[in-house]
Amino acid sequence: MARVLINLPARAKRGEVIEIKTLIAHPMETGYRVGPIGTAIPRDIINRFVCTYNGAEVFRAELFPAIAANPFIAFFTVATESGEIAFSWTDDHGETQTEVRQITVE
Amino acid sequence: MEARSQSASPTRRVILLAAAGVGVGLASLAPPVSATSAAMEEAIRALVGEATINRGKVRLELPPIVENGNTVPLTVSVESPMTEADHVASIHIFNQKNPQPYVAAFHLGPRAGKAAVSTRIRLADSQQVVAIARLGDGSFWSDSADVIVTLAACAEG
Repeated sequence: MARVLINLPARAKRGEVIEIKTLIAHPMETGYRVGPIGTAIPRDIINRFVCTYNGAEVFRAELFPAIAANPFIAFFTVATESGEIAFSWTDDHGETQTEVRQITVE
Repeated sequence: MEARSQSASPTRRVILLAAAGVGVGLASLAPPVSATSAAMEEAIRALVGEATINRGKVRLELPPIVENGNTVPLTVSVESPMTEADHVASIHIFNQKNPQPYVAAFHLGPRAGKAAVSTRIRLADSQQVVAIARLGDGSFWSDSADVIVTLAACAEG
């Protein structure tokens, strides 16, 4: 499990636009680098990021090797209701890591 | 003497040419070093199709001079009320000289509230970066930024 940093307000007013910042520890190996014995290092990147708000998708990103290591993504969403905001990252091997944060909307 | 020296030099030339040929052969086995501007055009056309790309509405923010191409902060924002009728559906980032022209695609919708995305990218060389936004009505808007990179990504160290 890679380390994850997620920054979002714990409370928000209904209808408020909130910023969500996410970062996950990952080398984002491009597949274009050459290792110490001259062989290419195989590609290994996170190619997909999805954010859902109480089950409904609010943001999705497709990533390519040009995204820097430890991909950082910041975006906005409207605080509609209290509940769970889930974040999932999928890598080239098809493995997905999901993190859930709570938000209280008043 | 004259004839002998002439007969010797072609052989040397042949050997050198052969060596050069091997070098070229090895180089062609290596992965492509950079996507050309044409590759970027092609990738943009694959996304946009026949639609025209308007300039404006989109704002692509990148530092003009970057010391380290391995991590370059990038922010794209689009002027949009983000309502059901008028919103940004997706934002696409392209570059000119990295091995692949596509950098990222972000899909948003009216629930985003504000059409702005930040991330960090790699740049293999000083080049132009292009952001294209697709609106809910199917129109495309773009902005571009030129970046000077002093230490390129993909270089070891």
